[in-house]
This record gives sequence, C-alpha cells and structure tokens, in this order.
Amino acid sequence: MNYADLFRAMLPETVLEIAALLVLVVDLGIVRKAALQTRVAVASFLGIAGCIVAIWGVYSAGNSGFSVDGQLLLSAGSIAGVAQVGILVLTAITLLLLVGEEFTRHVGEYVAVVLMAAAGGLIIAAAQDLLVIFIGLELLSLGLYILTAFAKKSGKSAEAAMKYYLFGGMSAAFLLFGFSYFYGLTGTTNLSGIQTAIVQTGPTPLFYVAWILVVAGLGFKVAAVPFHLWAPDTYEGAPAPAAAFIASVSKVASFALLLTIGSQWLTLVPGQTSGLVGLVVDLQAISQVWTKLAITILLVSAASMVLGNLAALAQSSVRRLLAYSAIAHAGYILLGVATLPHYSMADIHHSLAAYKIVAAANSAIAVLYYILTYGLTTIGAFGVVSVVERATGSDKLDSFLGLHKRNPLLAAVLLVLFLSLAGIPPLVGFWAKFNLFAAVLNVGAGPVPFTLVALAIAMSAVSLYYYLQVLKRAYVMPAADESPIKTNPVTTVVLVAIAAAVIVMGCFPALLQNWIASFYS
Amino acid sequence: MLAWCIYISFTGAFIAALLPKDKPALARWFALAVAAAGLAIAAVGFAAGTGREVIVDALWVPTMGIHYLLVADGISRVLVLLTGIAAVAGVLFSWNVDLRTNQFFAFYLALIGGVYGVFLSGDLFLLFVSYEIAIVPKYFLIAIWGSTRREYGAMKLALYSFTGSAMVLIGLLAAYATSGAHTTTLAGLAHAGLPVSFQMWCFPLVFVGFGILAGLWPFHTWAPTGHVAAPTAASMLLAGVVMKLGAYGCLRVAIGLFPHGLDPWGVTFIGLGSWRDVFALLAVIGIIYGALVALAQTDFKFVIGYSSVSHMGFVLLGLVTLNQIGVDGAVLQMFSHGVIAGLLFAIVGRIVYDRTHTRQFADLEHMHLARRLPFAAWAFVVAGVASMGLPGFSGFIAELQVLVGAWRANPLWTFGAGVGIVVGVAYTWRALQKAFFTDIIPGAHVLEEEKAHPFAPITWPEIAGVALLGISTVAVGVYPRVLLDQIEPAVKALLGGVQ
Repeated sequence: MNYADLFRAMLPETVLEIAALLVLVVDLGIVRKAALQTRVAVASFLGIAGCIVAIWGVYSAGNSGFSVDGQLLLSAGSIAGVAQVGILVLTAITLLLLVGEEFTRHVGEYVAVVLMAAAGGLIIAAAQDLLVIFIGLELLSLGLYILTAFAKKSGKSAEAAMKYYLFGGMSAAFLLFGFSYFYGLTGTTNLSGIQTAIVQTGPTPLFYVAWILVVAGLGFKVAAVPFHLWAPDTYEGAPAPAAAFIASVSKVASFALLLTIGSQWLTLVPGQTSGLVGLVVDLQAISQVWTKLAITILLVSAASMVLGNLAALAQSSVRRLLAYSAIAHAGYILLGVATLPHYSMADIHHSLAAYKIVAAANSAIAVLYYILTYGLTTIGAFGVVSVVERATGSDKLDSFLGLHKRNPLLAAVLLVLFLSLAGIPPLVGFWAKFNLFAAVLNVGAGPVPFTLVALAIAMSAVSLYYYLQVLKRAYVMPAADESPIKTNPVTTVVLVAIAAAVIVMGCFPALLQNWIASFYS
Repeated sequence: MLAWCIYISFTGAFIAALLPKDKPALARWFALAVAAAGLAIAAVGFAAGTGREVIVDALWVPTMGIHYLLVADGISRVLVLLTGIAAVAGVLFSWNVDLRTNQFFAFYLALIGGVYGVFLSGDLFLLFVSYEIAIVPKYFLIAIWGSTRREYGAMKLALYSFTGSAMVLIGLLAAYATSGAHTTTLAGLAHAGLPVSFQMWCFPLVFVGFGILAGLWPFHTWAPTGHVAAPTAASMLLAGVVMKLGAYGCLRVAIGLFPHGLDPWGVTFIGLGSWRDVFALLAVIGIIYGALVALAQTDFKFVIGYSSVSHMGFVLLGLVTLNQIGVDGAVLQMFSHGVIAGLLFAIVGRIVYDRTHTRQFADLEHMHLARRLPFAAWAFVVAGVASMGLPGFSGFIAELQVLVGAWRANPLWTFGAGVGIVVGVAYTWRALQKAFFTDIIPGAHVLEEEKAHPFAPITWPEIAGVALLGISTVAVGVYPRVLLDQIEPAVKALLGGVQ
C-alpha cells in the first residue's frame, strides 16, 4: 500500500475536509463577533473555494484510481469522475444559496457539515469495495441527519431529522447485513472480486437474498418506493438549503453508487476472457445473474414512478410535492440503471460485444446526465421555494399566489425549472428523459423495457398536472397579497443562472453530454 | 429564409416578455410588427419556393444522430402561410387585451414560433420539440386571459395535448430504437425499412396521439371547452393552426413514417379491415357528431367550437383516403378551415361578445345585431357561407376534393360526410338567424334603449382582421390553384413514398 497514491486518489476529499476545518476556525475564531450575514458570506465563500479546489483535485487525480494488493478500492474517471465533479458543483451551488438564510446562528458548523457530507459523497462515487462504500455512505448520512436537524427552533426540523435518522439507521443495518452475506458467500469485499466469485461458483439463493437487502439499503438513499417514507417529511421539515442538499448531492452520490455496482458487475472480468469459450461462458453467467438482479430494480422503479407521481397530485405543500416528484424521478433513473446493456450468446455470434460496451457507456452517460441535470434543477426549485417561504412563512401551494407580480424574475425561474422537471422541451429535463428512455430502448427493445418506458412517459404526462398546479398559482390565480418579494442579489443571480443553464443545456444537449463523455475517453 | 419565421417569433416572444407592463399599446404594435414580419417572410417563402427545399441542416446531437433540420415542401409552405395569416389576424383581434398585455403577446408569439417550427421540421425530434413548445403557452393564454371556466378548459386542453404528445413520444422512441438507423430525420426513418408488424401497432399510437390535437372523435372533448374558454385570439389560433398541427402530424409522421400501418389486417372485424377503415369511421363520426351537437348548442361560441370538430373530420377523412385528390383536399381544408374558423371565432368572441357581453342565443335574439352591428352580420354571412362550403369560397373546393377522394376509396364514407355537410348548413343557418337576423319585432322601448346605449363602433383592427381572413378565403375559393400548385407535387411525393 502506497500512501502517496492514497493521498493522490483522496485529494478531493482531503481538500474538502481541510476546507471544513478552515471554515470552523475562521467562523468560530476570526469572524465570531461579526454580523450573521457576514459570517454566512465568509463561510459559504470558503466552502465554495474548497469545492473549486477539490474539482481541480478530481481533474488532477488522473484515471488510475487506488488499489491495494491488486484490489481496486477507489476508481477514477468515468462514473466516479463525472459524479464527483457533479457533487462538488452542486455543493457549491447549495452553499451559494445559503447567503441570506437565517435559520441558524451556527454557520460555521453548518458549512463544515455540508463539506464533510460532500466528502462522503465523493467517496461513495468512487468506491469499489463494500467497506469503502459503507464508510462513505455513513459519512454522508450522518452529515445529512445533522443538516436536517439544523433549524433548532423548528419542531418540524427535529421531527424530520428523527424520522430520517431512524429510517436511515435501519436501512444502513439492512445494507451492512447484505454486505456481510456477500462477503460470506465470496470471501471478498471487492465488487469485481464478488463478480468473479459469483460467475465461478454460480449464484446461490442466499446471493439474491443479500441483493434484496442491499437494494433495500440503497433504495432508502435514493428514496425509491417502498423505501421512500422518510422523503416527504424530511423535505418538508429540513431547512431549505439542507433539503436542497439532500435532494441533489446525496441523490447524485447514491445513484452513482448504484450505477457503479450495475456497470461493475456487468463488465467483463479481466483475465477470464482469454479464449472464446471462456468468454462465452462468462458472458452468459453474467447476463443471467444480472437479469435476475435487475428485476428487483425494475419493480422498485415502476413502483416509484407510479406512486411518486400519483401521490404528488394530492399534495398541498410544495416541498412535499417536490419530495414525491423526487421519488418519481428516482423511478425514471432506476429504469436506466436496471437496463444497462448485458451480454448474450447472440452478441458473440454477431461480434456485437464491442458495440455493447459502447452501449453500456451510453446508458451510463444517459443516467449520469439525468442525475446531474435533475440535481441542478431541484436545487433551483428549492431556492425559489425557500425565498417564497421566507416571504410568506409557508410552503403551501397558496403562498405562491401572484408570484408573477410579487417577483416576476422569481416566477420566471420557477416556470422554467418546473417545466423542465415536467419534461417540456426545449428544457434540459426533456432531453434528460428522452436520452434516458432512448438508451433503455436501445439496450433491449423487448416488451418489458418498452412497457416500462411507456409507463414512464405516461406518468410524466401525469406529472404535468401537479407542476402546473404550482405554476397556475404563480401566474394565473389572483392574489390577495401583492406586495413585492425581495431577494438578495446573490440568490437572484444564482437562480437566474440555474434557469439559464436549464434552457441552454436543453437547447444544446450535446454540451453536457460531450463533457460527460470526456471522462470516458 | 422561412426559418426566420421561427426565430423572429421566439425573439419577439422574449422581447415582449421584457416590455414594460404599463404600456399595452407598445406591446400591441410590437406584436403586430413581429407577426406581420412572420407573415411577410411566409408569403415570400410561399411565392418563391418550389419543390422540397432544405433550409437548414446541422447536426444537433451527434450521439443520437439528431439533426436540426428545417425543410419546406408545398404542404409546409401552405401551412406556414396559414400560420402567418392567423398570427396577424390574432394580434388584430387581441387589440383590446389590457390585462398583462406584454405577457399575453409573449405567450402568443411563443406559441406561434412553436407552430412554425412544427410545420418546417424535417426531423422527427425537432418536430416533437416544437410541438411540445406550443402546449405551455396555450395553457397560460387560456387560463389567464380566458373566459367561461377558463382554468378547467386550460387544464383539460393541456392534459389532453400532453397525453397525445406522450403517445407520440413513445412512438418516436420506439421507431428510433427499432430502426437502428441512428437518425431521427423523417427521411432517414422513412427509408429505414421499419418492420410491418411494428408499423401496425405504432401507426395507430402515433395517429391517435396527433389526432387528439386534430379533434379526432372521441378524443375531441378538449376542443369545445378549450375553444370556449380561450380568449378570442387563442381560440382563433387553436382552431386555426393548433388543430392543424395534429392533422399535419398525422400526415407527415403517422402516414409518412408508418405507411404499412394502413395495410389491411387480413381479417375484418365488424366491417373494419384495417386501421384505415377505423380512422375513416372515426372521422365520419366526428363530422356528423360535431355537426349535430353544434345544431343543439345555445352558446354561440360552442357552435363554432363543435363545427371545428366537424370540419377537422374532413381533414382526417381526406388523409386516410390515401389518394392524391383526397389528401390534396385535406391539406386545402386545413388552410381553409384555419382561415374560416379564425374568422368565425373573431366575430363571435370579439366583435359580438365584447359589445353584447353574452353569447347565449336566447339573449342575442333580442338584440337585433343585423341592424345594430351590420358589419358583424355581413362578416358572419361571408364566414358562414364559406363554412357551409358554398362555391366561391375555399371550403367548397377543399371539401369537394375530400369527398371525391373518399368516394374513390370507399363510397360509404362519402355518404356519411355528405350528411355532415347538410347538417353543417343547418347549424350555420340556425346560428346566423338566431344571432343576427332574428324575426322578433322590437318594441318602442327597446329601440329607445338601443339608441341610449349604442354599441361601441367597429374599430380598425377588427376591420383589418376581417378583411385579411375574408380575402384569404375568397381568394383561395376563386383561384384554388394558387395553393394547389404547391400542395399537389408535395402530396404526390409523400404518397409516392407511401405506396
């Protein structure tokens, strides 16, 4: 084991931890006596600077990753690289939106916890080993529990944190239990090691039991039905910046993990692929195992799409509405995760294996594209909700009444972001959906993927209704109170920039796609 | 050149949104200038264009082979011209919008831009994007500036449209994945050789998806409520061009890409042997049903709303005849109905309603509008006889061609459509009589009342709008070749690909 390599591989995480400590020192030491606004500005600035340096760290880490005794612990490039940069950018944006918030006086602690949780996210995104995965998840989760509880004067915040914590602890237990089975069955905690072992010995029923446990644990993180119960309460009770962080950064990290597991267990095992016969056997074994594993994800995906969208129809709180919409979006993304290309005999006969590898990259790119753009849009949506909430004291649908008069710019941003979430072109949400569904159908044009894509599209037609419920209040219905809502300039600039990015990326989808693809070359 | 219709409209929408709220006149003149510029470009493009021209072709998303491809052929040029005319007329008839005028025209111009985009798209993905862009402005136009049950009508319209486009999206994705051609251009997909079995199920999906917006019976119910709820300009656009988007999609995408979906099934089920029979039947039912329901309405605007369903039935019937004259007629009917429906909605929703503040026949009967609003009465006579399909107006030549085409395909369809025409005469006549030429003799006090409260005089935008639409329908009625010269070769090329 080479500590210099470890340091290089963990450079972004290290930078974030140093930034977190620095924020604490500066906030509790140097600017302790300053006004709250100044402290918030200083702390977010330091945090954002940390994120920027960490992004540089991701780029400079190269594509080698970090291995011990030939076992890969942390990967670099492809999924890990994209997700890490995504996590850092989204973290920086949530910190920017912190400016002007007044829910806590413990600014330094808040920013430090955000940065540490983000470091956990970075670890998850790169992890290739069950133990590393678990450490990263716990680091992230503990941060999120604290962030949820951060509004100390709000009972709702405490309640939300308690629910989140209890559900989270339970799901972590499930996850660890599943991991222990994997270890017991295969004698290794390494993802590709587990795959090799399963292909050699064949999957036992216990393997599938372990998988179900793991799906339960990870399904909790991404708020997929039936592990979603925490989401509406947490989204509603947490302070808005924390909720935005949970809805975006934590989602990106968790989906990156699912994607890593999915694509890792589908990739050909090096060393076993010599000779055509061995290759064929491997492919078949992998394909069979994955097909069975994917069924669980598909079920969870379908349930999330249906339940998330239908439950969102009945919400009167915009935050809960966003929570259920997040569940629905998790359903769409899981559809992409479950239908990563797998290999069959026919592929070998038609020498399509190389093509399938390209297709696998395309599917992963489509999923990453969706997560990143969804995360960005959601942060913006929470930004708007938080401004409205501060002005009106509530996040009920009716607090959005007359927003177009009270703050036309904010209303326009809301319009763009919600239409993007609903999947209306030419906004980026549409392209993300289109790309994802096209990738799913490209992989397998059989009746099952087709039905699920049709279900997803039908459900996104349903979703237009509840997004329009909010927009209707902002633009159409008359308001009793038409006093202007003030936003501070930083928030305004950030929100307008997010809306502009949603439009530009929607009109030129290749921009972000090429950027993601650049991590694959 | 024609591409500038799209760019001007979207830029105009953006600028209109930024115009000051308290200067409605500025927003109006600005919108009129943008719409007129669009019409001018459309007219020049129409006059100068021949055959199929590629306007812009740029690779948009390389990984999926999506092109930003704008193509114009005769059908596109006719419909772009219609859009230009309807856009200008719509602005003229919205001259009295005082509430949030700048936003009104921002949504209005965005809708127009989307419509231009659909008619000029040569790429299925681009067509779909433009099609969806048109949905959101429609919702806000109706929900904010509409009348009767506007929020209900707007939401119904938005959900119907979105459901239709979801079906189209499924078809689009399935066609893309099945073809394996790594392209979404219409020409590329048409040549990809999609399997017949695939076309068999994808055709009805996409046809119904687009058909919802074209008022295909029994998915038409958004149309009357939407039309009635919408502000005048929006009803004019809905009936005038948005319903044409649906019909255009049916022709260009459903029939153009999945022609084998129209082949006989090989079995007959209650007399229906193919999807073609099914949709012809639905179209004929739509023609008769729309006309009969229009005959029974008590609200003037509902009459026009249901008449749109009936007239759009002719378009759909013409499309599934799949012969030259029938499809020619369908395209001509799109233009004709676009102009005539625009005129009817303008008279009912703007000229009459803004002065009488009622659309109920029971009230209008007592108002003697022929005497008090002679301009409206005569404009409605012109629009009404055009709508009935009298020779000399565009409706005649269009519906005649559809009927001839239908006769060649299956004479039974012609009988059904013929019944619709007869009922069409009846409801137009009834509306004309009840609203304008009532035989109730006014008492002396009524006359005095009328003298004391005269209606506001007809304004110049109203005259200009009526003139624009009226001249269009008469010009095409007297000399249909001006459009048919464009339509015929394009339809021939399209059907050549189909057969």
